[in-house]
Amino acid sequence: MIATAVFLPLLGAVLTGFLAFSDVDGDKDKQARVFLTAQWLTCGSLVISAILAILIFMDVALGGNPQTVELFTWISSGTLDVSWALKVDTLTAVMLIVVTVVSAMVHIYSIGYMSHDPDVPRFMAYLSLFTFFMLMLVTANNLIQMFFGWEGVGLASYLLIGFWYKKPSANAAAIKAFLVNRVGDFGFALGIFTVYVMFDSVSLDTIFAAAPDKAADTIQVFGGEFHALTVACLLLFVGAMGKSAQLGLHTWLPDAMEGPTPVSALIHAATMVTAGVFMVARLSPLFEYSDTALTVVTLVGGSTAIFAATIACTQNDIKRVIAYSTCSQLGYMFFALGVSAYSAGIFHLMTHGFFKALLFLGAGSVIHAMSDEQDMRKMGGIGKHIKVTYVLMLVGSWALVGLPPFSGYYSKDIILEAAWGAHTGIGTYAFWMGISAAFLTAFYSWRLLILTFHGESRANETVLAHVHESPKIMLIPLLVLAIGAMGAGYVGYESFVGGRAAEFWGSSILILETHQALEAAHHAPLWVKYLPLVVGLAGIALAYVFYMLIPGLPGLLVARIRPIYTFVYNKWYVDELYDFLFVRPAFYLGRNLWKTGDGTLIDGVGPDALAAVTLNIARRAARLQTGYLYHYTLAMLVGVVALISMYILAGG
Amino acid sequence: MTNFPILSLLTFIPLIGAGFILTIRGETEVVNRNARYVALWTSMAVFLLSLLIWFNFDTTTAEFQFVEHAAWMPEFNISYHMGVDGISMLFVLLATLLTPICVIASWESITERVKEYMISFLILETIMIGMFAALDLIVFYIFFEAVLIPMYLIIGVWGGPRRVYAAIKFFLYTLLGSVLMLLAMLAMYADAGTTDITTLLTHSFPPGMQTWLWLAFFASFAVKVPMWPVHTWLPDAHVEAPTGGSVILAGVLLKFGGYGFLRFSLPMFPIATADFTPLIYTLSIIAIVYTSLVALAQEDMKKLIAYSSVAHMGFVTIGTFTLTVQGVEGAIYQMLSHGVVSAALFLIVGVVYDRTHSRQIVDYGGLVHRMPRYSLVFMVFMLASVGLPGTGGFIGEFLVLVGAFKVSSWLAAFAATGVILGAVYMLYLYRRVVFGELTKESLLKITDLSRREILMFAPLIVLVFWMGIYPVSFLDVMHVSVGNLIDQVVSAQEAAGIQVMGR
Repeated sequence: MIATAVFLPLLGAVLTGFLAFSDVDGDKDKQARVFLTAQWLTCGSLVISAILAILIFMDVALGGNPQTVELFTWISSGTLDVSWALKVDTLTAVMLIVVTVVSAMVHIYSIGYMSHDPDVPRFMAYLSLFTFFMLMLVTANNLIQMFFGWEGVGLASYLLIGFWYKKPSANAAAIKAFLVNRVGDFGFALGIFTVYVMFDSVSLDTIFAAAPDKAADTIQVFGGEFHALTVACLLLFVGAMGKSAQLGLHTWLPDAMEGPTPVSALIHAATMVTAGVFMVARLSPLFEYSDTALTVVTLVGGSTAIFAATIACTQNDIKRVIAYSTCSQLGYMFFALGVSAYSAGIFHLMTHGFFKALLFLGAGSVIHAMSDEQDMRKMGGIGKHIKVTYVLMLVGSWALVGLPPFSGYYSKDIILEAAWGAHTGIGTYAFWMGISAAFLTAFYSWRLLILTFHGESRANETVLAHVHESPKIMLIPLLVLAIGAMGAGYVGYESFVGGRAAEFWGSSILILETHQALEAAHHAPLWVKYLPLVVGLAGIALAYVFYMLIPGLPGLLVARIRPIYTFVYNKWYVDELYDFLFVRPAFYLGRNLWKTGDGTLIDGVGPDALAAVTLNIARRAARLQTGYLYHYTLAMLVGVVALISMYILAGG
Repeated sequence: MTNFPILSLLTFIPLIGAGFILTIRGETEVVNRNARYVALWTSMAVFLLSLLIWFNFDTTTAEFQFVEHAAWMPEFNISYHMGVDGISMLFVLLATLLTPICVIASWESITERVKEYMISFLILETIMIGMFAALDLIVFYIFFEAVLIPMYLIIGVWGGPRRVYAAIKFFLYTLLGSVLMLLAMLAMYADAGTTDITTLLTHSFPPGMQTWLWLAFFASFAVKVPMWPVHTWLPDAHVEAPTGGSVILAGVLLKFGGYGFLRFSLPMFPIATADFTPLIYTLSIIAIVYTSLVALAQEDMKKLIAYSSVAHMGFVTIGTFTLTVQGVEGAIYQMLSHGVVSAALFLIVGVVYDRTHSRQIVDYGGLVHRMPRYSLVFMVFMLASVGLPGTGGFIGEFLVLVGAFKVSSWLAAFAATGVILGAVYMLYLYRRVVFGELTKESLLKITDLSRREILMFAPLIVLVFWMGIYPVSFLDVMHVSVGNLIDQVVSAQEAAGIQVMGR
C-alpha cells in the first residue's frame, strides 16, 4: 500500500510524459483527447494516492503502527550501505496526507487553470513527478534517499518555474531556484558526510539509536575540533535553509512565482518549501543533542519571520506578497523547531499547507479572472464580481492571520507560546519577532484583500468586462482546501500538540527532558495567549485605516520614511548583493582564467612557446642548409673532432 | 571458459574488421555503405562478445581473470599477457559499448573518406581494449601510445578548420609524457627483471626510485586525464574533432590516465604516492574550480563540455588518491558514468552541428519548440552531468566526496563547490540552447531526432538511469579488486612508517 501510494504518481508522470510527445498535427479533437487522458491519468493516480495516504495515516499514526518497506539495495561501497526503502511513522504519515491531498487538489485545479495552455500533458507530468519526489523525500529511511527526493523536488521545481520557457524571466528564475538550492544542498551533502563519518551509517534508525552515545563526541573538521553533532546539524540545516527559503538563501522563492500559479501553491507554499522543516523535525534525535544548532535554527527562523513580513507589506504583485508571507511563515515553523516544539512546527506546516495553498489558488483564481493581471495596483473592487473566490480568500487570510476559530489560530499561537515557554534568550527573541511579524501578517493580508477586492476598480475597461468567476473544476479544490484551512487546527490540536501528542507522535519525534518549551506553552500567562490576537486585530485595523478610510495615508507615510521604504521595497537589496558578490565575479573570473590563464599563461608558456621555439630552430637549421658541399664537410669534421675528443677525455 | 581466448578475440576482431574494410573496392557510394555496415556489425559483435566477460566475471576474487599468457620474447622475460580484474573489466565494456555508438553517430555526418574513417575507429577499438586488458608493460605501452595515431588522424583528417593545430597540440602533449613513461618502464625492467604487470604489482621498488618512477608515470597520466595545468590540449582537440572522435576521446581515452594511476602509480609506487598525494589534491581542486569557471565563460558548446570534462576528471583523481573504498570506487564509477554522459553530451552537440554546422551557443536558442525529443534527451544528460541523484553522475561524485571527506573536510568542501559550479554552467548552457523563443533564421526548419539518432541515444539513456538507480550491478564488480588494491597500498605505506591522512 505504501509503495503503491508513492509510485503511482511516478507512473502517472511517466505515462503522461510520453503523451506529451504525441503528435497531434493541429487536430483539435485529437489534442483534446490527449489532454483529457493526461488529466485523467495524473489526477486519477493522485486521488488514489491521497486515499491510500489517508488509510496509511489511520493505520500508522492513529493505529500506532510505524513500518518500513525495504525495496532493494541502492549503493553499497565499503561500509556505506544504502537501500531504497520507505519508512512511514507518524511524522511521515502526516506529511503523506499534506502532500497527497494538496497535490491532488492542485492537480484537479490545474485542469481548469491550464485549460488554455498548449502543453497540458507536460504540465501534469511535471506536477506528478514532483509529487513522487516529494513522497520519496518524506518516506526516506536514510539520508541519501532523502537527498534523492530533496534534489528531485528541486528538479521538478526548476522544470515548473521554467514551464513557460519562452519567457526569459521564467528561465532565469528557474535557474536561480536550482542554484540557490544547490548551495543549500552543498551543506546538506557535507552534513551527510559528517554523519556518516560519525556513525558509519546513514540509515536513520541506526544513527538515531547511536546518537545518545555520541552526544559528547567531537570531530576534527575544517581545521578545528568541534562538537560533532553540532557540526552535522548545522551543515544539514544549511540544506534546510536553502529548500525552505530562509534568510540568506530565500532569494529564489519570490522569483519562483514566475511559474504557473498551481505550482506556486503546491511546491512553493504547501509542500516543497516545508521540506526543510520536515527534515529538522525528522532529525530531532540529532538536533536535540546540540543546543547550539537549535539556537541557530531559532535565530534564523525568528529573523526570517520578521524580515520576510516587512517585505510582504511593500510588494504590489499579489503572488509575491503571498510568497514573502510563505517565507515568513516558514520562519515561524523553524523557530518552533528551534525551541524543540517540533510537533508545533509540523502542526503549523500542515495548517499552513492548507491555507496557503488556498490563498495561492485563490490568487490564481483572481489572476484568471483579471486576464492574467497580477499587479494589485490595477485591481480593486472585484469582490462583488467573484464572490466565491472572495470568500475563499477571506477564509485563507483569516486562517493565516490566526484569528479564531480557523486553523492558523491554533498552530501559530502554540508556536508563539512555545517560544515564550522556552524561557531562553533566543526563545524570547523569537517570540517578539513572531509577535511583530504577526502584526505585519495581519496588515499585509488585509492590505491584499482590500486592494484586490474592495474599493474602486483600477483596472481598465476591457479587463473589467471580462472579470468572471472561475469554473467549478477550480472552485471545488478550493473548497476542499478551505475546509482544511478552517478545521485542521481545531481537529488536530489535541493530537498534534495537546494532551494526546505523546501517544500520537510515538517515537517519530524526540524531545529531551530538558527541553520543555511545549509543555510550558500550555501554562503560558494570559497576555502571551492573547497578544497574537491583539496584534492581529491591530494589523487588520491599520490596513483598514490605510487603504479604506484614509487612502492617502500610505503615500504620506512612504514619503516620510522614503529611504527605509525603498530599502524594504527592494527586498533589502539581497539580490543585488549576491549579484555583486557571486554572479559577476564568477563570470569575470571564468573569462579571465580562460583567456589569460589558459591562453596566455599555460598555452603561451607551454605548447605554443614550444612550437614557436621548434619552428625557430627549424628555420635556422634550414638556413644552415646552404647547398654548398664544403659547408657540410666542415660541419662533419667539427662533429667528428668533437666526438673523438669526448671519447679521449672520457676514457682518459 | 578458461581456455577460450576471449580478450584476444575482443582485441583483434576489430582489426580483422578493419582489414576487411580495406579490401572493399568499387564505386564510392557502395564502398561507403559497405564500410559503414562492416564497421557497425564488427563493433556490435565485439560488444555482444564483451558481455560474456561480464556474465562470466567472478566478483569474489581480486585475481586477474580470462588470463592469456604466451611467450613473446622469453629471453627478455617479456610476454604477451592479457587479463582483466574488477578495475579494468568495466572499462573494456565501456569501450565496446561506445564504438558501435560512434559508428552510428558518424553514419551520415562523415561523407569523405568513409572507408578510412571506419578503419581508424576499428583500430582505435582494438587499441582501447588491448590497453585495458594488457598485463605486460610492453604490451601496455604499445597500446597506450598507439592510440595517438588513429586519434591524431581522426582529428587531423576529419576535423574542423583548426584541426592541424589541435592535432599537433594533442600529439605534442601526450608524446612528451609518454617519453618519460618509457624511460621509467626501462628502469622498472632493469630493477625487477621483468615486464610482467602481475609480478611488478608484488615487486617493491626502492623508495628513492619510486619518486622518479612515479613522476615519470605522472607526466604521462596527468596529460591523459587531463589534470590542470596540462589540460589545454583537450578543449582544442574536442572542438576540432568530429563527433565520433570526441565521443571516444571523452568517453574512453580520458580514462587511460585514471586507469593508469590505479594500475601503476598506486600499487607499484605506494610510498611515492603518499608523498605526492597533496600535490594531486591541489591540482585536482584547482582543476575543479578553475575549469568550472572557465566552462561558464565558453561560447562554443563543445569547448564547454570539454572543460566540464576536466572538472569531472578532477573528482576522479581526488577519489583515487584518497585510498578509501568509497573514494576509489567512486573514482572508477565517476570514470564510467562520465564515459557515458560526456559521450552522450558530445553526441548531443553533434546532432545540432550536423544540422546547422555551428557549435556557437549564440547561434541557438529555443530549440525545444522544434526539437522536443532532442530537448528531453539533452535534459537527461545535462542532469546526469550535474550529478542529480537517480542518474549515474550522482553515485560517482557522491562516493568520491565521501572518500574525500574521510581524508579532509576541506578537501571535500572544495571539491563539492564543483557540484554547484557544474550546475551553473550546464543549466546556463541548456537555457541558452534549448529555451527561449525560436527566432534564429537557421533554426526555423530544424528537425527533431531521427530514428537513427534515437537508437543511438536509447542505450545511453537506459544506462545512465540504471547506473543511478541500481549502481550495485557495477559496484559489485569492483569491491574485491578495489579492496585488495587499497590493502596493498596502505600496508606498504604503513610498513614504510608513513602516517596516512584520515586514518
